[in-house]
Amino acid sequence: MKRLIKEFTKGIGVENPTFGLVLGLCPTLAVSTSVRNAIGMGIAATFVLFCSNIIISSLRKFIPSQIRIPCFIVIIATFVTIVELLMKAYFPPLNAALGIFVPLIVVNCIVLGRAEAFACKRPVSDSVFDALGMGVGFTLALIIIASIREVLGAGKFFGITVLKGFEPVTMMILSPGALLTMGLLIGIVNYWHIKAKAKKKVKEEEVR
Amino acid sequence: MDFGKFIAIAISMVFINNFILSKFLGLCSFIGVSKETKPAVSMGLAVTFVTTMSSLITWLIYRYLLIPFNITYLRTISFILVIASFVQLVEMVVRKISPLLYKAFGIYLPLITVNCAVLGVAVLNSEMFFAGTSSMKNGFIMSVTQGFFAGIGYMLAMLLMSGIRERLEFTEVPASLKDVPLAFIIASLMSLAFMGFNGFRF
Repeated sequence: MKRLIKEFTKGIGVENPTFGLVLGLCPTLAVSTSVRNAIGMGIAATFVLFCSNIIISSLRKFIPSQIRIPCFIVIIATFVTIVELLMKAYFPPLNAALGIFVPLIVVNCIVLGRAEAFACKRPVSDSVFDALGMGVGFTLALIIIASIREVLGAGKFFGITVLKGFEPVTMMILSPGALLTMGLLIGIVNYWHIKAKAKKKVKEEEVR
Repeated sequence: MDFGKFIAIAISMVFINNFILSKFLGLCSFIGVSKETKPAVSMGLAVTFVTTMSSLITWLIYRYLLIPFNITYLRTISFILVIASFVQLVEMVVRKISPLLYKAFGIYLPLITVNCAVLGVAVLNSEMFFAGTSSMKNGFIMSVTQGFFAGIGYMLAMLLMSGIRERLEFTEVPASLKDVPLAFIIASLMSLAFMGFNGFRF
């Protein structure tokens, strides 16, 4: 049980797909214009990750290793198509907002990366928790970026005006804002890492 | 044939809707491979070739396979499979025919399979140049043009970015912003500059 929890939490913390591993950037930046889109994208990606991880890890003994990548892609593309159809049927506005990035979940490095690095080597139970952790980590990262961009760029949070009498910086919800937010956030994460490392070094020297 | 339309597609793909700087397609390779000019340009050429060819192939598949059999919902799965096998094929052919060319961009070819730009342009073509279930007039040539210029736009962004990053190697930057974060901030400024093209009207 402890191991499963560890698989779950690592996706949120240390190995966060967006800030730690810097994977799956295109959808992250493109759909983070509002928190609503971010949550929609996060859930869609988590669903694909979850289902494809289960199937891949239960088929891991049958898939020949030479052609594993095409096999993974077919499995992933199947679930992406399911998501696409469901979204078109039940959430047309969300589908319109995410647009081309729904079919592009297929080439999201996070999904293929987890299949290759984790699901094809581990039992189903581990893979399920890994997928959930990664999915939640990805969704959280999306929400963080989207909230910064939506609050600064439109003065709103989840569609509700929060900053009154504040001239919105339109740039933030356009493409430059996405890149700027992402760069600064990775910079902050790096800053923490460097600081933590320096602290550790000082401690080690004191012990000596 | 309306020649102006093609020029409009070209300018739109290279400047206004640049795949990297305004649509965020193919960002991973953009950040990853743009450290030096030479590999960046090779990658750009490889991407241009693959986007052009895959626009061509996916248009034919969409028009003559998916639409007649009414299975357009298989778009994603069929496109990605065709693109992946095409890239594999190109890699094998290039390795056999010209080792020199293989050395120049062969190693970047496998990376392209999972490049959003390639699948992105195929999906975009199928949405833009098909009205419902029928193909638009000149749809085929417009798709291929769009694919080609999407690649050129990608290469332009790559070239500019790698030039800037080569210079930055010799400057002192805060340790926490080194490399990737700084690349994002530069990309943001470049994207801001490219927004200037938004006013173009045809």
